Order: sequence, then C-alpha cells, then structure tokens
Amino acid sequence: MPAARTLFDKLWDAHVVERLPDGTCVLYIDRHLVHEVTSPQAFEGLRLAGRKVRRVDATIAVVDHNIPTEGRRSGINEPESLLQIATLEKNVADFGVPYIPVLDERQGIVHVMGPEQGISLPGMTIVCGDSHTSTHGAMGALAFGIGTSEVEHVLATQTLLQKPALNMLVRVDGVLPAGATAKDIILAVIGEIGTAGGNGHVIEYAGEAISALDMAGRMTVCNMSIEAGARAGLIAPDDVTFDYIKGRPYAPKADDFAKAVAYWRTLPTDAGAHYDKTVVLDAAKIIPQVSWGTNPEAVMPITGVVPNPAAAPDAAKRDQMQRMLDYMGLTPGQKLAGTKIDVVFIGSCTNSRIEDLRAAAAVAVGKHVAHGVRALVVPGSGLVKRQAEAEGLDVIFTNAGFEWREPGCSMCLGMNPDKLTPGQRCASTSNRNFEGRQGPGGRTHLLSPAMAAAAAVTGMLTDVRELV
Amino acid sequence: MDKFTVLTGVAAPLNIANIDTDKIIPARFLKTIKRTGLGKNLFANMRYAEDGAEKPEFVLNQPKYRHAEILVAGENFGCGSSREHAPWALLDFGIRCVIAPSFADIFHGNCFKNGILPVVLPADVCEQLLADAELGTNARLSVDLARQMVVRPDGQEIHFEVDAFRKHCLLNGLDDIGLTLAHVAAIDTYETNEPAWKPVIAGV
Ligand code: SF4
Repeated sequence: MPAARTLFDKLWDAHVVERLPDGTCVLYIDRHLVHEVTSPQAFEGLRLAGRKVRRVDATIAVVDHNIPTEGRRSGINEPESLLQIATLEKNVADFGVPYIPVLDERQGIVHVMGPEQGISLPGMTIVCGDSHTSTHGAMGALAFGIGTSEVEHVLATQTLLQKPALNMLVRVDGVLPAGATAKDIILAVIGEIGTAGGNGHVIEYAGEAISALDMAGRMTVCNMSIEAGARAGLIAPDDVTFDYIKGRPYAPKADDFAKAVAYWRTLPTDAGAHYDKTVVLDAAKIIPQVSWGTNPEAVMPITGVVPNPAAAPDAAKRDQMQRMLDYMGLTPGQKLAGTKIDVVFIGSCTNSRIEDLRAAAAVAVGKHVAHGVRALVVPGSGLVKRQAEAEGLDVIFTNAGFEWREPGCSMCLGMNPDKLTPGQRCASTSNRNFEGRQGPGGRTHLLSPAMAAAAAVTGMLTDVRELV
Repeated sequence: MDKFTVLTGVAAPLNIANIDTDKIIPARFLKTIKRTGLGKNLFANMRYAEDGAEKPEFVLNQPKYRHAEILVAGENFGCGSSREHAPWALLDFGIRCVIAPSFADIFHGNCFKNGILPVVLPADVCEQLLADAELGTNARLSVDLARQMVVRPDGQEIHFEVDAFRKHCLLNGLDDIGLTLAHVAAIDTYETNEPAWKPVIAGV
C-alpha cells in the first residue's frame, strides 16, 4: 500500500518534473499570474537572453499595485506608476501574454481576479511575484510568491527549482460564534503560533470551522499564511470549492469539469498522513480580533487591553513591545475598544470580495461614518464592484458616508495615491501592520470587514457584536 | 548569464564591515523597470555628495579604480533586504567578484544567480588582498574559479572554497534558467502527459 500522503505531498508529487541529486526538484508551474511591479526586469531578462514565454496560455497579467482607485478613466498622473503600467502593456504585447487592461471590468487585485475567473483551480501549482499568492491555496492549490529572478525562470521554463517544504496542520475545531469571521480565525492563528510559527512549512487548514467557511473566507485564511511565516496555505477542495468554480470563465466545462472534479476529489490528505507540526484551535473561543502592534502576531480580542512591556519575558521582547507601543501611540493597560481612529480601509486581497463587502454593509446600513473619520471601500475587482452595485451595497456605503472606489491594492500599501499621513490611525481589513506599510508614520489595526465598518460608524475600535 | 572562468582585473579595496543592501543600492532607486543602469547609483550614498557631485575620496571615484572588476570588502557584506537590485547594481558597474571574510546569506545566493562570484577568505588573508588592492592598477588580482585560486600580484596562490554545484553553474554560464533548460526534454514530456481536461488561458 502506498504511504499515506498529505494534500501538500500530493500536489508536490504531481508537479515534480525531475528530482536532482541534491534533492532540488524541477517543479512544474500550472499558472503564472503577473503584475506590473515585479515583472519588468524579468521580461527584460528574457529579451536580453533572446528567450520566449514558454506557456503564454498558462500566464496572465493584470495591474493592481500602483493604479489609483479613483479618476482612472481620465488617465494616470503619477509618472512612475504610469511607466510601470506602460511597461507591462508593452511586455505583454511583445511576448503575447494574455492581459486584462486597466479599464476592463475584470481588472482587479491579482489574488481576487485569479479565482474569480476560474484561472486558479484545485490541484494546480500557482505562482506570482507577490507574497500573498498564498491566497489561491484556498482552492486546494499549491500557491506561493516568488522573486523577480524566479518570475523570469517561470516565464522561460514554466518550472521552478524548489526543495519541498514541511507539512503543518492547523485544525480549527468547532463552530465560530456570532460576530467572528474567517479574518478572526487567521488573526487568532497568527496570535497563537507567531509570525515565525509556519517557517519552512506549508500550512494546511482543516477542521469543522474551516470546512464551514465559504470560498471568500477560505481565501482570507490562506491569504495571511505568509504573515504566519509559512511558504503557503492550503485548504482541501470539497463541494464548496467545486460549486464556486463551476461556470467560471476559464474553468473546465461540461465533461471536462466532471473529470476535473473526479481528480480533485483524490487530493485531500489521506487518513494517517504525517504532519511535521500540528496546532489545534477551538473556534468557539474565537472572538473578533484586532492587532495592536506593528507585526501581525501582536493581536488580541477586541475585549482585551494593550499589554504591558514590563510583563515581557526578556529585555529584547520588552524593547520590541515598547517600540511598537510608541509607534502605535498606545498605552499599556488601555482598553483596545474605544481607541479613536482616523481612517477606515475596507479592501485588499485579504478582504475585498463580495462577501466581505456584504458583511461590512450589514453593519453600516442606516448608520453614518463618524465625524472626522475618512472611510474607503475598495472592491477587489471590477466584477466585485458591479455585483455590489447590483445589490445596492454602493448606495448603502455612500449614504453612510463611505468613499466607493475603483478596484486595486489601494491603501493596503503606500504605493499609490491612497496613503495614511504620519500619525493617522487606521482600522484596516488588509494583512500587514508593519511600520509605514499604509504610508509613512501611519498606524494600522488589522481587523475583519464587519469590525472595520463598526469602527467607521463609531469612530473608534469597537466590538461589532455590540452593534448588531 | 556570462561564464565565469578566470577573471584578471583591478581590485578595489572597500574595507568596511556590514555593507548592507541599502548602502549598495539605496531604496529610492528601486522603482526602476530595469536591472541594468543601476551601476551609476551603486553605493550612491557613499559615492556622491547631496548635490550629486562625486566624493573624490570614495574608492570607486578614484581614477585607478573606476574600472575595477573585483571588490575586496569587510565582513557580512550584503546584509539587509533580499532585493536583487544589489547584485544587479554591482554587475552593472562591472564588478564580477567580491572577496570578503563573510557574506549575508541571501545576497550570497543572489550573486550566483546573477553571475557574480562571492569569495570567502579568512580575515587575515583579506587584509593581504586589501593591501594588494591598495596598489591600484599596477596590481591586478586574478581569480581562477576552475582551480579555486586567487592569484596575488606576486604570483602567490590562495585557495578558496565554493559549492560544487554553484561552481559548475558559474563556469558554464548556467543561470538557473540555463540549468533548467538542460532538462527541457523532461519538461516537454511532463506537458505531453497533462490531463486533457486541464484548461488553458486563451481568448482573454
Ligand atoms: S492588496 Fe496588498 S497584500 Fe494584496 S497584493 Fe495588493 S499590495 Fe499585496
């Protein structure tokens, strides 16, 4: 009998083209997603070496990182952004790579667009020059971020040279209580295992609370695997996955779809397969989470108080905590709930899907953004935007005083016009709270879309369970 | 990637420890769309005054080192971020070999990926090579990768260690892509065996 294998083992084995003597594998890549920031030097490298893109039919490009989220129809002003976009457009034209143009309705954040178009499918290896490629692991695919040399490598060879990762299981048993979401699960996981907890591993998420999530929730969880230090995150494909995929533009059709599903059903981890590391959480104990520091493990329930560096186990930790509190402008012992905020950002590849916008709108409906607070809602793609408008969510948001924007990475990172100014405090549904991530001097609190909407209407960090 | 066999050239002395990637190429030059052209901003903060004028005391601004191909540096060279712009900047300036007592890990790997040979030698040996480099254009160093030898101007030979696989790649000018393309038959076979239901991206 063959040895019991994990989902990761099966994905890996199915893509090994050749195993080299030192254990490095030539790993086949099924899907390569390309965006404007990490690809220019890769295409330049191809040109200099006189190489072609090996599989244009496995590659797709879109712009997301540095496009403005308003007024784009009248052109893009920022010269460096414009140059990166123009360069991508020239590269895809020269090399024949499929491309979704800026003004196309399918344009959006690459990690929203891929699953939405049925381009990211179970059983695949998926790469992109962006660390949050882990998002696509929610489909039951091995998906990870790569550097510019590797982007060129995949363009030229459709493979990567890789060594296998270790297997880690994060099992979330039980049922989430009302008010807690996928975002709270992953923040709680990172709080538990730390930002280095997944180092060297690929995390498979399983358990009742994970299976109960819709695809948007699963993508939120896998998205932040990288913040837990893991190479990638995975969730076994099941009927929820197959229902999501069926009928999407680039998904297999008719008989092919049935054949694909038959294969996909063989992917989940075999009973008795070995994990190098296992962590178990009880979903029933997860309450809405908020980050208080400048890395994603500095997170706690909204009911918590800002920790005291004096209680840290050693001097190095104490200094680190003190530095975080100084940067964040927080005082030990202060209740997190009630902390005044200046900006709310609902968006990013973590939380900008239609389900996220519905959750935020459900909190915002009939209320108004607090005085002095600026709140942005940035759909993950043009199609999410259209769907939200069809459901009237845009009207709920704009009536409540939120700004309703064009799709893109927006305020997730300070690379386009949407930025925090120094000292501004932001309740954000994105994934990174590093110093300056949303703009120099900006202070980020990571939380779920419902919690972000609650913060917007009260003007402070708020336990959303008190509002609904 | 160009082959690296024997490199004989002027070595520039840069005896500073912990030269980080931000010193090699400051962050403000990363918004480029090219990997070439970074050479003019190599070590920009050390090399130019605020008004953009060259600082005459900086080693690479001195006439005899303007065409240096080898750098002899201090310990922990290349620490900091993983940006590939650092080796790109060195290469674009014309540096193909850096000799130092130690290197930061990721930078060390990135050098090989980009055709630069990082040579690790004990600190006292580096001191001797720094002294050689001080002699300028009259004192060329020679780095022979096949024999794993640095040859001093007086003919003395110093052995260095290098990973066998990486040596093979550099000697043959195989970047990872070149190396992988040696397996192209296996990739072809893999693609032939793909299931027929697997969709392609077409008609976007
Ligand atoms: S939304 Fe943020 S994390 Fe996601 S791809 Fe864009 S910049 Fe990266």
